[in-house]
Amino acid sequence: MERYERIFFWFSAAVLGLLLCCLAYITLFMDIHLPGHGGRIMPKDGQPLATAVLVTPPFNHPGIHEIGPGRYEAAVLAMQWIFFPRKIEVPAGSEVTFRVTSTDVIHGFFIPGTRVNMMAVPGYVTVETYRFRHPGNYLLLCHEYCGRQHQTMWGEVIVK
Amino acid sequence: MSTPIVYEPDRAFALPANQRRLISLMLYLGFAALAVGVVNGLAQALNYADIDVFRYFPGLHTYYEGLTVHGVFNVIVLTFAFANGFVSLTTARGLNRPLNGGLLWAAFVTLLAGAALAAGAILSGHASVLYTFYAPLEAHWTFYLGLTLIVVSTWLTSANLFLSLSRWRREHRGERIPLLAYISVVTFIFWDIASVGVAADVVLMLLPWSLGILSGVDPMLSRTLFWFTGHPIVYFWLLPVYVSWYAMIPRQVSGSLFSDTAVRIVFLMFLCIIPIGLHHQYADPGISPGLKFVVAGLTFVVFLPSLLTAFSVMYALEIGGRRRGGSGLLGWIFTLPWGEPSVAAQILAMLAFMLGGITGLINASYSINLDIHNTAFVPGHFHLTVGSAVALSYMGITYWLVPYLEQKRLWGKRIALAQAWCYFVGVLIFARGLISGGLAGMPRRTAISLIDYPLPPGWREAGILTGVGGTLMFIGAVLFFVVLAMTVLFGEPTEIADIPFTDTIEPPPASGWLVNLDRFGYWVAATIVLCVLIYGPIIYHHIPPELYSSGSTNY
Repeated sequence: MERYERIFFWFSAAVLGLLLCCLAYITLFMDIHLPGHGGRIMPKDGQPLATAVLVTPPFNHPGIHEIGPGRYEAAVLAMQWIFFPRKIEVPAGSEVTFRVTSTDVIHGFFIPGTRVNMMAVPGYVTVETYRFRHPGNYLLLCHEYCGRQHQTMWGEVIVK
Repeated sequence: MSTPIVYEPDRAFALPANQRRLISLMLYLGFAALAVGVVNGLAQALNYADIDVFRYFPGLHTYYEGLTVHGVFNVIVLTFAFANGFVSLTTARGLNRPLNGGLLWAAFVTLLAGAALAAGAILSGHASVLYTFYAPLEAHWTFYLGLTLIVVSTWLTSANLFLSLSRWRREHRGERIPLLAYISVVTFIFWDIASVGVAADVVLMLLPWSLGILSGVDPMLSRTLFWFTGHPIVYFWLLPVYVSWYAMIPRQVSGSLFSDTAVRIVFLMFLCIIPIGLHHQYADPGISPGLKFVVAGLTFVVFLPSLLTAFSVMYALEIGGRRRGGSGLLGWIFTLPWGEPSVAAQILAMLAFMLGGITGLINASYSINLDIHNTAFVPGHFHLTVGSAVALSYMGITYWLVPYLEQKRLWGKRIALAQAWCYFVGVLIFARGLISGGLAGMPRRTAISLIDYPLPPGWREAGILTGVGGTLMFIGAVLFFVVLAMTVLFGEPTEIADIPFTDTIEPPPASGWLVNLDRFGYWVAATIVLCVLIYGPIIYHHIPPELYSSGSTNY
């Protein structure tokens, strides 16, 4: 390889390395994480998955629960083709921990304008925490193809 | 000093006529798939512009059925057919020896049978599962069998290439493998390893499940195996195009490739860094953030070979431009043969690929991906890569390849040129639309024209750009088919003795450490070690698979 090729190679590598360091910084010091793992839901022999989900806390009481001052937990079921509950209401400034699972196929859980963006996989619970600072109506969308009426699978997060 | 990129004894090379015919058939099968794919592509683009044309489509039930056709035909059937045909030819030419006719025939028949099975399943409405077919959405078994056969056809092609190479090696002990054959063969070694994931997924789990032999599937295992192949597959689309950019384009612009060694290293880097599919699962549960970050790092490493390609290919273009009388810092750009449709299409494809690379870096960027994961940004990105860097290059290659195979002059050079520009301008507008839509939260793979909530701000503008750009791309594709059909049917007979290939200014060293670049065993072993390190723990965790997810055919 010629000199210029070497220079270009190491310059490119340095730029990519720098970008990777930025990502590490975001994760370690700015508290922006990828969606986390919230455990498994495994049906017992012969039991349908949906039944197993509906007897597993917190999905035996889907909805929004206050877990501390200004802190909420939202247990949301994703199924063909609705979110349950469809509407989540929280006061502005509250920190919401979303726990999401699916009762059938793979779904998405996406709130545009926030970094809440995760997959709901049958048998798994996906977790993400987000603080809603500004009041407003946020869309909640399923953004993974999940069958015929996929486009009708949406809900709302209302921040007052 | 310059060195040829192919092994050339005194006689001129000519592929046997029946092998030439089989390669043509393979390519035409791919283009037939492209034709079906782009018709559905137009309908997809109009969907973003809030126009639902699917209800008027003959034999098509839903938006998602159309999207499945679009994906499967364009990025599985077309790309595999092109790789099978084109890379077989470049291997034969690089080694200066014919292929195995039986294997060539078997690869074609298998691909045809697989494509027909998959098409039957999709068009009868029994496989609207998109080309990612995430379980437990369950397609008809003929869909999975069809996909299996399509992959088997690439393995048959691999066997053909390896057979030719081993025969060549036996006759040329101690010689370096000619570069053109080297990069062609590495493309298929790479794919053989990469395809193991999806093959295991389909053959061991999805096919028996769809036949009722297994009661359910492990959706996470299936998804992980899919993405083991699903990321590297994009390089299987791309590497045949790199073969053209490295080995043919320099010659077509009267330039030369500078370094032989750099090209070999680029292809080996793609080979070794196969296990990065987990970056498609950043938003998934069940995979540790640490591993996701390691894979983000590896994904960044894969940008290096593409950046090196940008350097080497641009250098070759500059040599060509200057030999053609270009001067000054940028003058060489204007003296490139822009009037040649084959060259123009591929240089435009390279320009699109730069934008595709940058948007790809954003997708790969760990937490930043959360802003755009599964939004319209993603198809915006990959229509700049597979939808233009690859597709437009295929078209450009076709402009010399089909005349060579048919021994006919290219029909309608000006139309071919207009085709390339129309498609290029189209894809830029189209991708601009999808990318801005994605940033405004517009999801991908969604029938936007059927949603029942008010359009959020920014979606309408994004959708209109997508519709307009997609229409231009469609017109570009139609022009391509006109040129192709007219060349095959009414092209003026002529004699085209050889395919265009370059020489390299720096020859491959005949001794020293770099000779090891040709010893594939080492590199394959290194690749397998890395695959086991990244994927071993995950797969181990899923053995035996928990088949609790029973399936849904609600599509």
